[in-house]
Amino acid sequence: MARSVGFNLLQVLFVVALAPLASGVLSRLKEIVQSRRGPSIFQPYRDLRKLFNKDEVVSEHASWIFRFTPYVVFVAPIFVTTLIPVLTNYPLFFAFMGDMLGGGFVLALGGFFATLAAVDTANPYGAMGASRTRMVGFLAEPVFMIVFFTVSFVAGSTIPYIVQQHWVTPLTNFFAPSHVLLVIAFIMLILAEAGRIPVDNPAGHFELAMIDESKSLEYSGPGMALMKWGGQMKLLVLICILLNVLVTPWGLAGGRSTAEVLLAAPLVLFKVGIFLLVLVVIESSFAKLRLFRVSEFLGAAFVTSVVAMITGLLSF
Amino acid sequence: MANSNALLTSLNGLAAGLFLMSSFGLAATRQMQGCLRFYITQSICLVVSALLLGLGLHAPDLLAVAVLDAVVKPIVIPVLLRRTVPEAVFRRREIAQVLNIPSSLLIALALTLLAYFLSGYLPPATGSLASINLPVGLAGLFIGVYTLTVRREAVPQLIGIFGIENGALLCGFAIASGLPLVIEMAFPFDMLIIALVIGILTRMTHERVGTTEVGGFTSLREGIGK
Repeated sequence: MARSVGFNLLQVLFVVALAPLASGVLSRLKEIVQSRRGPSIFQPYRDLRKLFNKDEVVSEHASWIFRFTPYVVFVAPIFVTTLIPVLTNYPLFFAFMGDMLGGGFVLALGGFFATLAAVDTANPYGAMGASRTRMVGFLAEPVFMIVFFTVSFVAGSTIPYIVQQHWVTPLTNFFAPSHVLLVIAFIMLILAEAGRIPVDNPAGHFELAMIDESKSLEYSGPGMALMKWGGQMKLLVLICILLNVLVTPWGLAGGRSTAEVLLAAPLVLFKVGIFLLVLVVIESSFAKLRLFRVSEFLGAAFVTSVVAMITGLLSF
Repeated sequence: MANSNALLTSLNGLAAGLFLMSSFGLAATRQMQGCLRFYITQSICLVVSALLLGLGLHAPDLLAVAVLDAVVKPIVIPVLLRRTVPEAVFRRREIAQVLNIPSSLLIALALTLLAYFLSGYLPPATGSLASINLPVGLAGLFIGVYTLTVRREAVPQLIGIFGIENGALLCGFAIASGLPLVIEMAFPFDMLIIALVIGILTRMTHERVGTTEVGGFTSLREGIGK
């Protein structure tokens, strides 16, 4: 049991330590694809160190929510990490503390506090970004619901560790239409939730066009570092859910020895790298949608998930 | 054998699922190019489904249909449309449409549910292998009809007609596996003629009137071009 707890902590460590690397690799790959020269893949770590060494400025009109939010944003993905398979394909100590819906709620809690904090300081851009994030959020919500319920219905469980086994036992399940369409719908969700390009431009610093970025405009120093780190972890956690729970458990450790679990880390990183490449291709080949076209994008995601549900549940 | 059959069922289901998604694309893309591309995707899914069913059911006529469709639908028809319809029509990025896109998508979704509901009343013909083709084909047919009614531009309407035909064919694989090859051979050539005629008509209309927006052609105007 001690070993199970240890592996669980190892998974958390994996996500906390490597989330900045994932986002560094992502931006570097994007710059290579667009034939530019970007900073090294370790730049996010340097940014975080710089921010942690700076002083923090907090508006005197800000309430406790503003001060409290960076911790919530930082901790929420860590809690989700304890619930999902990151390195092992068998349930660990905390696996049955909550199911996929529970994880979704915890992630949503971080988003909720970030929205409140954006409104808290009465910065006009903050409130604008908050309302836009909510718009994207409430359009994404039905897709989340349908994806999760279809997954749990098809696999017969809502615990992520049990769901992942379903797609490869037998292997034909992998090619089932409901599975492939669910994966497509979830990728569209990741694009919307993590503020990637067809929905929002993560590198854009033009205040009027910002969606996600404008919520942390008021933060500085360590608070800003925690917000950034939390956002990077959220992206990595979403990618892990996609790759390990919804796509396949390939590359995860099957045995209980420490060496096997440690060996799973580079394999999972390799999988994440491949997905980052896909993300770069998507981001480089589409333009950012106008704000009122976001509803069409998420409408398409909704239709994809409902078709997955129909083909999965009504097959006879 | 049972294992490979399960795999074929799965792959056929995947082809059908992607077929359905591209039907949605036909009804809801804004761009003329995108509309044609979704038609090509849909046709490729149809061909894949015919191939898999031909292999699974040991039906050489389905394989022949697959080969014929693989040549005509994703290759010849798009090339023909590109040649006959003026380039300016394809460069349009916004197709005029009666309803906006989210409501179009929801209506198409409702039509899919209706197709699933109706296909429950039809007798299954070829066993579990092709059972998904029946509702998906019906849905493709309905969505094609919907595209035809809601679009206000000539080429997307034509592609709507082709969508209907694709849906009917996908449905036909499931209902009547022994449908004579002769009848299925007639379809693609019919479509070629339709594409050619409507393409030329569109070209003439575009030259004379300057637009192909059929929604605007409500009154007869005599003497244009004289």
